[in-house]
Amino acid sequence: MSKIDIAVVDYGMGNLRSVSKALEHVAPSKNVVVTSNPAEIVQAERVVFPGQGAMPDCMRELDARGLRDAVLYAAQHKPFLGICIGLQMLFEHSEEGDAAGLGLFKGNVKRFPSPDMVDSHGDKLKVPHMGWNQVYQVNKTGSSPHALWHGIEDGARFYYVHSYYVEPQDKGVISGFSLYPKQFTCAIAENNLFAVQFHPEKSADAGLQLLTNFVNWMPNSA
Amino acid sequence: MGLAKRIIPCLDVTNGRVVKGVNFLELRDAGDPVEIARRYNEQGADELTFLDITASSDDRGLILHIIEEVASQVFIPLTVGGGVREVEDVRRLLNAGADKVSINTTAVLNPKIVQAAAAKFGSQCIVVAIDAKKVENQSFEWEVFTHGGRRATGLDAIKWAEYMVSLGAGELLVTSMDRDGTKVGFNNPLNKAISDAVEVPIIASGGVGNLQHLVDGVKQGGADAVLAASIFHYGEYTVKQAKEYMAQHGIEVRL
Repeated sequence: MSKIDIAVVDYGMGNLRSVSKALEHVAPSKNVVVTSNPAEIVQAERVVFPGQGAMPDCMRELDARGLRDAVLYAAQHKPFLGICIGLQMLFEHSEEGDAAGLGLFKGNVKRFPSPDMVDSHGDKLKVPHMGWNQVYQVNKTGSSPHALWHGIEDGARFYYVHSYYVEPQDKGVISGFSLYPKQFTCAIAENNLFAVQFHPEKSADAGLQLLTNFVNWMPNSA
Repeated sequence: MGLAKRIIPCLDVTNGRVVKGVNFLELRDAGDPVEIARRYNEQGADELTFLDITASSDDRGLILHIIEEVASQVFIPLTVGGGVREVEDVRRLLNAGADKVSINTTAVLNPKIVQAAAAKFGSQCIVVAIDAKKVENQSFEWEVFTHGGRRATGLDAIKWAEYMVSLGAGELLVTSMDRDGTKVGFNNPLNKAISDAVEVPIIASGGVGNLQHLVDGVKQGGADAVLAASIFHYGEYTVKQAKEYMAQHGIEVRL
């Protein structure tokens, strides 16, 4: 096999073209491979774990392709970027279909309580949470901003489409939040792993900057 | 601050060109879709919608090619509609780079396609487009029309919206056939009635003639997103001007 710079994990759920196109756009010299081969994921320098659709289906398809161990290995050993359901699956459990996740992080995935939600004007807030919302960065006390927020303004808008959000038990992993209308976690970071609820591949300049940061990220040398 | 209201330029595409008509007729050429998409992205469009209004099935492949090209250059959500007849069409469009697929006439002919497509690809990428017209001779106020507004269905637009969401539609694109191309503003009572009836976001469409219409669409019509074509295509306003105007009127937008 030729060297794989970035593996995008393909477990048959939805459209990975947007993710790979955006990566190719920010890193034209890198070899980006969309793959469902565990060996390629383990061998790649960096791994992107996207996801769309329903989490129970995503977990089932991941296991059906024998990708669980490769994803867990990558999440603990390589620069790893989870996107959308790729963030949610890292947790223990989701309310969506009462599904078990990979359990790498303690905590649950919950649904927005739609009928109760109104904005500051008293208007009903819709579910799915769809569109561009502000992302507020959270940095560990005394440390500089996370490398993946480099060059991105605090409060920059990213594109979201989701009905569920993660609630980490360990608040120390939270790297970003948005308001809808209450605060919810939209980014987590730990060691070599970064995962976001929004879609950087669809978030215009801010999103492309985050993907550029990921491609250049050297977590172990920090 | 929270979620921004979206501005979505709409590109009606036929034979590989962007066109715009009045009341779905009298098409005028408005340019190259890839070039126009890139320009709107630079102006800050939150999303782009492409409606394939190609009459003959021979040219269906053209839209796939256009979407592929746009998706490799423009990194904002892309919705594609027009001529979606089966689940396989949805798959083809998503594979070409569409993020959402809009289903219109086919949803009326065969509502189960909405359910099947949502189950297969997720509700987040299934938009149901509802073309509605005010009617006098029914027990309800707005009736669903198909085939580009030519065929009445006997369906109440509000009930239809609720049904489509129950089958898995993740968003509704509501077009007032009375207003489309007229530049007199959105049909806000229709949009408000649908927005109040469903949990999912609605996109208001049809009738924008000036920037105040966009503000009214959000404030009076309860729209989560506003779609417009001609005010942007012929350079009357840029997307940026539209957003600045909305922001000045107290609407949260991405600037």
